[in-house]
Amino acid sequence: MTSVGPTTGPATAVPATASELAVTKAPDRFGGRLFSANLRQNGIYIAFALIIALFAYLTDGDLLAPQNISNLVVQNSYILILAIGMILIIIAGHIDLSAGSVVAVTGAISAVLMVNNDVPWPLAILITLICGGLIGAWQGYWVAYFGIPAFIVTLAGMLLFRALTLAVLGNQGIGPFPDEVRTIANGFMPTTLGNIGLGPLGGADLLTLLIGVAFVAGIVVTQWRSRAGRARYGQVVEPTALFVTKIAIAAVVVMTVIVQLARFKNLPWVLVLLAALVLAYSLLTDRVVFGRHIYAIGGNLNAATLSGIKVKSVTFWLFVNMGVLASIAGIVFAGRLNQAGPTAGNGFELDAIAAAFIGGAAVQGGVGRVVGAITGGLIMGVINNGMSLIGAPSERVMLFKGLVLLAAVAFDVFAKRRAGTAR
Amino acid sequence: MTDVILQMRHITKTFPGVTALDDVNLTVRRGEIHAICGENGAGKSTLMKVLSGVHPHGDYSGEITLDGQPCRFANIRDSERLGIVIIHQELALCPNLSIAENIFLGNERAPGGVVNWNRTHAEAAELLHRVGLHENPATLAMDLGVGKQQLTEIAKALSKRVRLLILDEPTAALNDEDSAHLLDLLRGLRDQGITCVIISHKLNEIREIADTTTILRDGRTIETLDMSAGVTEDRIIAGMVGRDLEHRFPDHEPNIGDEVLRIEDWTVHSPTQHGRVVVQGANLNLRRGEIVGLAGLMGAGRTELAMSVFGRSYGIGISGRIFKDGREIRLKTVGDAIRHGIAYATEDRKRYGLNLIEDIKRNVSAAALNKLATRGWIHDNEEYRVADGFRAGMNIKAPNVAAVTGKLSGGNQQKVVLSKWLFTDADVLILDEPTRGIDVGAKYEIYSIINHMADQGKAVLVISSELPELIGVCDRIYAMSAGRITGQVTREQATPERLMQFMTKVKEQ
Repeated sequence: MTSVGPTTGPATAVPATASELAVTKAPDRFGGRLFSANLRQNGIYIAFALIIALFAYLTDGDLLAPQNISNLVVQNSYILILAIGMILIIIAGHIDLSAGSVVAVTGAISAVLMVNNDVPWPLAILITLICGGLIGAWQGYWVAYFGIPAFIVTLAGMLLFRALTLAVLGNQGIGPFPDEVRTIANGFMPTTLGNIGLGPLGGADLLTLLIGVAFVAGIVVTQWRSRAGRARYGQVVEPTALFVTKIAIAAVVVMTVIVQLARFKNLPWVLVLLAALVLAYSLLTDRVVFGRHIYAIGGNLNAATLSGIKVKSVTFWLFVNMGVLASIAGIVFAGRLNQAGPTAGNGFELDAIAAAFIGGAAVQGGVGRVVGAITGGLIMGVINNGMSLIGAPSERVMLFKGLVLLAAVAFDVFAKRRAGTAR
Repeated sequence: MTDVILQMRHITKTFPGVTALDDVNLTVRRGEIHAICGENGAGKSTLMKVLSGVHPHGDYSGEITLDGQPCRFANIRDSERLGIVIIHQELALCPNLSIAENIFLGNERAPGGVVNWNRTHAEAAELLHRVGLHENPATLAMDLGVGKQQLTEIAKALSKRVRLLILDEPTAALNDEDSAHLLDLLRGLRDQGITCVIISHKLNEIREIADTTTILRDGRTIETLDMSAGVTEDRIIAGMVGRDLEHRFPDHEPNIGDEVLRIEDWTVHSPTQHGRVVVQGANLNLRRGEIVGLAGLMGAGRTELAMSVFGRSYGIGISGRIFKDGREIRLKTVGDAIRHGIAYATEDRKRYGLNLIEDIKRNVSAAALNKLATRGWIHDNEEYRVADGFRAGMNIKAPNVAAVTGKLSGGNQQKVVLSKWLFTDADVLILDEPTRGIDVGAKYEIYSIINHMADQGKAVLVISSELPELIGVCDRIYAMSAGRITGQVTREQATPERLMQFMTKVKEQ
C-alpha cells in the first residue's frame, strides 16, 4: 500500500517478482482467455479460410489453379492498395468517400502526361503521385484544420474529382499506356534463373520459389526473434505449440501461393508492389510513433489532444497519404485497362471501406490492422472471383458480398458485447 | 414506525468469473432516506440494477418484496410501474430536448398519440416548482448546469409517481451549494412520503441526511447502521474498508525548495460565451517539493486556469506570463507544455485522460512516446518494461500491462493516468480532482503517490472539491472564486471554514 511509483523515466527497475508473476502464473490463469482473445482476433482469417475452402470445393479446385491465383492478385490489387489507406483513415475515426474519383482523376492525369504529352513514364508517375498528394492535402485541410466532417468533405470530393476527371479527359478514354506502365499493372517478373521441375506439379520458376522461401524464412526469423524478445522482457507470450502452428500455417499458405504463381508466369509486379506496401504500412501502424498516434486519435480524440499529440497534423497527413495511395491505385488501374476512362474507379471507395470493416475495423475508430483490411479485401475478391467461376449472376454476387459485410461487423459487435458483459 | 416498503433477501448475482453480489440483504423502511455506501466494486450499483430491473428476474437469485408483494421485474418499465425510479450517476437527459420534453420522455402527455403541449408545459412547470428549479420548461437541457440537470431528473422521476427514488452518486458532480440544495430537496421529498435510497461516497452528506446506512463490502452486506445514534464518518469508513483507517491521509514531511513555476496576471476568456472572463488576473507560484492545493466551488475557474496554462488547451484571449525556473516561457501547445516539464491530469479521466479501448502500456506511453523511440521507431519491449515498472510500483491491479484500461476500476485507471504523466518526466504536475470517483482505500494510495512525487522534488498542484482532502494533503492552499484567486493559506492555518470564506468571496463593489 505504501510502495509508490517509479518516477525517473525509462531506467525504472522492474521488481523481479512482477516479471516472474507474469511469466509463470499468467499463462495458466489467463490461458483460456488468451485463447478466446486469439480466436476473436483470428476470426477473420478463419472466415477467409472457410470461404476459400467453400469456393475451392464449388469450383472443383479451379479457384486455386495457378492462373486464377495470379488473376485474383492482379484483379484486386488496386482495391487492396486503397484499403491500406482507407484502414488508416478509419482507425483515426474518419472516412474517405472520394477514393474512387481520385483513382479516376489521377489515372487521367497520368494518361494525359504519358500519352498526350509524351512525358517520360517515371517522371509522369512522380507528377501523378504529387497530384494525388495535393488532392489529399486539399481534403485533409478541410477535415483537419477547418473541422468539417470527413464524410462531407470526401462526399464533395467524390463529385469534384469526378468532374475534374471528365475535364482532364475531355469526356473520352485516353490510351494506350507505355509498356513499362502496363508491365507494372499487368506484367510478371522475368525468368532469370530458369525453371526447375516440381515432380507432378510440373515446371516452376526458380527465382520465384527462392523469393518465396526467403520471404517465409524472413517471417519465421522475425516472428521468432520478436517472441523471444518479449519473453526475455518477462511478457506473456502465446504457448509454443500455438505459435508454431500459426507460423506453420502462414508458411504453408504463402508457399502454396508462391508455388502456384511460379508454375504460372512468376510473380506479378503488382504483387511485389503490394507486398512492399503492406509490409511498410504494417510497420508504420505497429512500430512507428506516427502510426501509434493514429490509434490514439481514433481511440479518444480528447485524450490524444491532451497528451500533446498533434491531432490536426496527423489527420492532415493521413489524407495526404490516402491521396498518394489512391494515385498509385489510379496508375495501376489505368495501366491494367491500358486506358484512362471517365468512369474509372466507380464504387472503389465502397469496396475499400467494406474491406476495412470486414477486416475488423471499428466504426467508432481506434481499431483495425492493415493485414486485416487486406484480408477483408481478399475475401471480397475471392467471392467475386469464385462466383464468376461458377457462373453466378451478378445480383447473387452482390447479395453474398452484402451479407458477408453485415455478418463480419455483426460478429465483431457481438464479440465486443460479450467481452463487455464479462465484467 | 417500522413499516417496511422494500425488502431484498439473499440477493446473489454473478457475472462470468465474478460474484458481484453474494447473499445481500437490504431492508428499507417507508419514508426514510437510506444510504448505501461501500468502496468501488463493492456491489452498490449492481444491487440497484437488480432492484430497478436492469438485471431482470432470473439473472440473479434471491427475492425482492415491495410492500410485502414479491416482485419479478423483467425490465426497467416493470419497476417504474410500481414506482421505483433510478437516477444514474451519468445523467441521461437528451441535450437537444427541452426540460419539459425530457421530463415526459417515454411518458408523453399525448392522448391518442398527439402531444398536448399545453398540458406538457403546465405539468412540467408544476414539477419544476416542486423540485425548486426556476427555469422555463422550454429551456434546452444542454443549457443547464449539472446541478439543474440533476433536478430535472428528479422532476422526471416525480412525474412517474415515484415511491422509491434511487439516486446513484447524485452529488458527485455538484458543487457544495447545489449539493446542499439537493439534500434539502430529498428531505422535502421524504416529508412527502417518498422513500429515497442514495448511493454516495460523500460520508459527510450521508451523516447529514441518512436515517439508515447500509454498508456493502466485496458484494456482501456488512452492517446496517441507525444514523440517529450518532455514527461518525470514521465509523462508516471502518465498515467500508474492513479495517480501522486511523489516518485517511498518509504522513508527509515536506522538503520545499526553490520556486519552479510562477504564473502572473493570468486572464482567460470563455471560448463559448463571448466576452465572459473565466480567469481574471490570477497569480500563483509553486516550489519544488511542494504540494499546493487549489480550492474553489464549481465554476470558480480552477480547471480553466489549469488547462489554459497547459498549452492553451482551454480558452481564448489568454494573457499573462508564465515563468519556469525563473525564465519566462511561452506555452502555445500541449506539446510545448510537456516539453517544459508541465503535466495536467484531467478531472474526467474517461473522456479526457485515457484511451479506454487501448491497453495500459499504450496509455502510459501516450504522452512521451518519443522517449521510447529512436527516429520514430518504437521499442515496444522497452515500452512494456516501463509500463510494467509503473504497474508494480503504483500497485495497478491488472494481470499485466496488456490489460485494456476500460476494464480497470476508477482507482487503477487514475494510477494509469498518473503513470502517463510521471513518464513525461514532468516536474510540475497539475492534478485535477485526482481522487474523484475513487474508493477510500485507493484514495490513500493516490495520496501516497502525490507525496512521493513531492519527495522527488516535483511541484504538485492539486485541484479538489473536497476540502478535507486539500487540508490533509497540501502544504499550501489557494482559493478561487468567480475567476479570481481570493486567498492563500498554509497548512497550519487551513480550516474548511476559512477556505470556504475565500471560496465564496465575491468581487468587491
